[in-house]
Amino acid sequence: MLDDFLVRAALAGLGVAIAAAPLGCFVVWRRMAYFGEATAHAAILGVALALAFSLPILPSVLVAALIMATAVSALTGRGYAMDTVLGVLAHSALAAGLVAVALLGNVRLDLMAFLFGDILAVNTTDLLVIWGGAAAVLLLMFSRWPALLMATLSPDLARASGINPRREELVLTLALAIVVAVAIKVVGVLLIAALLVIPAAAARPLARTPETMALGAILIGATSSLGGLWAALMLDTPTGPTIVCIAALIFLLSIAVGGIRNR
Amino acid sequence: MKPVIATHGIGVKLGGRLVLHDVSVSIIPREIVTIVGPNGSGKSTFLRALIGAVPLSSGHIDKAPGLRIGYVPQKLAIDATMPITVRRFLGLPHKIGLKTVDAALMRADVGGLGDHQMSDLSGGQFQRVLLARALLENPQVLLLDEATQGLDQPGSAAFYRQIEEVRRNLGCAVVMVSHDLHVVMAASDRVLCLNGHICCEGTPEIVASAPEYRALFGTGTKGALALYRHEHSHSHDHNHDHLHDHKDHA
Repeated sequence: MLDDFLVRAALAGLGVAIAAAPLGCFVVWRRMAYFGEATAHAAILGVALALAFSLPILPSVLVAALIMATAVSALTGRGYAMDTVLGVLAHSALAAGLVAVALLGNVRLDLMAFLFGDILAVNTTDLLVIWGGAAAVLLLMFSRWPALLMATLSPDLARASGINPRREELVLTLALAIVVAVAIKVVGVLLIAALLVIPAAAARPLARTPETMALGAILIGATSSLGGLWAALMLDTPTGPTIVCIAALIFLLSIAVGGIRNR
Repeated sequence: MKPVIATHGIGVKLGGRLVLHDVSVSIIPREIVTIVGPNGSGKSTFLRALIGAVPLSSGHIDKAPGLRIGYVPQKLAIDATMPITVRRFLGLPHKIGLKTVDAALMRADVGGLGDHQMSDLSGGQFQRVLLARALLENPQVLLLDEATQGLDQPGSAAFYRQIEEVRRNLGCAVVMVSHDLHVVMAASDRVLCLNGHICCEGTPEIVASAPEYRALFGTGTKGALALYRHEHSHSHDHNHDHLHDHKDHA
């Protein structure tokens, strides 16, 4: 069954969507949308460096994403607003990555595949990596769910309950780096942030608790992945962007439904 | 009596500025301690140091083993991006039975709000929900940071009555920070006047007549607090260092 490229693509899309959705909720709650973007952009730099020094790609991307996350935390609170720091770092990382790729010259690299993903080229090893990463992220998040929520609601209240909010922040950063690393193949660095934020945002008007929102985001993410894959085949369009378009459509639908319900 | 929590000469630096220095305070069971002080005097920082939210630059804090702290922060904005009902909020981070949660809400006078979204609550309802949450795990010490902010006068009065009741029923110590001086002082066993360090402390009467206290509140508010003071002299020792501190924040 795994021999069929379509089945592999569907499984890859599902894996990424399921891992990205609950994390995406935290990205939305903590107003870190741009943070996700910056981490994703750093990934292209990771890819370039991996190729330059013939290192394995996945760990390089993980490290690049983590370094970016650390750099962002280190730079904010030094007279720069968070969005400025992210704007500088995200685009610098993307630009540096693109320049590095060009400098490699002799290495054959399908840049478009990294920027926009190539879900139809996912092989069995990729699939193992994606589901391994997704399982790690889900395990990490669900084992610490209440602490993560509390640290997000109020770091001080978390402290008073004996939770270290810095540690929870670190857990989220690590989870984000893993999701970015495994999602590159599916949607590419430019659209990873979309897969994090859009399903969570679409689930918001329909949810009354954090748990239902996370569950809704998973369902919406999974539907977008499968629907996008199907639509891309039907319309002969690039798969990654089509997945994001379907997610955006669901987002619009959810706003409409939420608006009607609140009337 | 053995204190539930005690600070020994603690200092806190925030952004290179020494916000607190040499603060030694012992809180014994069942007492209500009020901390007063001008803006920027380190009142909130002191409470945050007690819960461990800010690192100490000097000194140390002794807590009774397994101390349960209830904390009501000064400001808590629950972002509308997170859907969360009042009940769910009270059940975080520890799972708590529905009955207990509803009883806590009833006790805080917000019994019917369990199904409401936190982001839909009014300021007063929000404070009561925060108090209900702080009381859920039977704290041995309750820390209140400007807890009556956003409450009108009858609202604050009711809130303080509730605090006294909580002390009676749960037997917990209460440390509150406020600039709502006249109301707060009446309910307190002890008042600490804070301005980076403890300028003076004692019963409400002693503190109200202390020159250090008057130096901070008599001139600092340009006499606006004269409402609560029958008289206040302007003969202060102007070489006091905290006076200069105060001017920076005026």
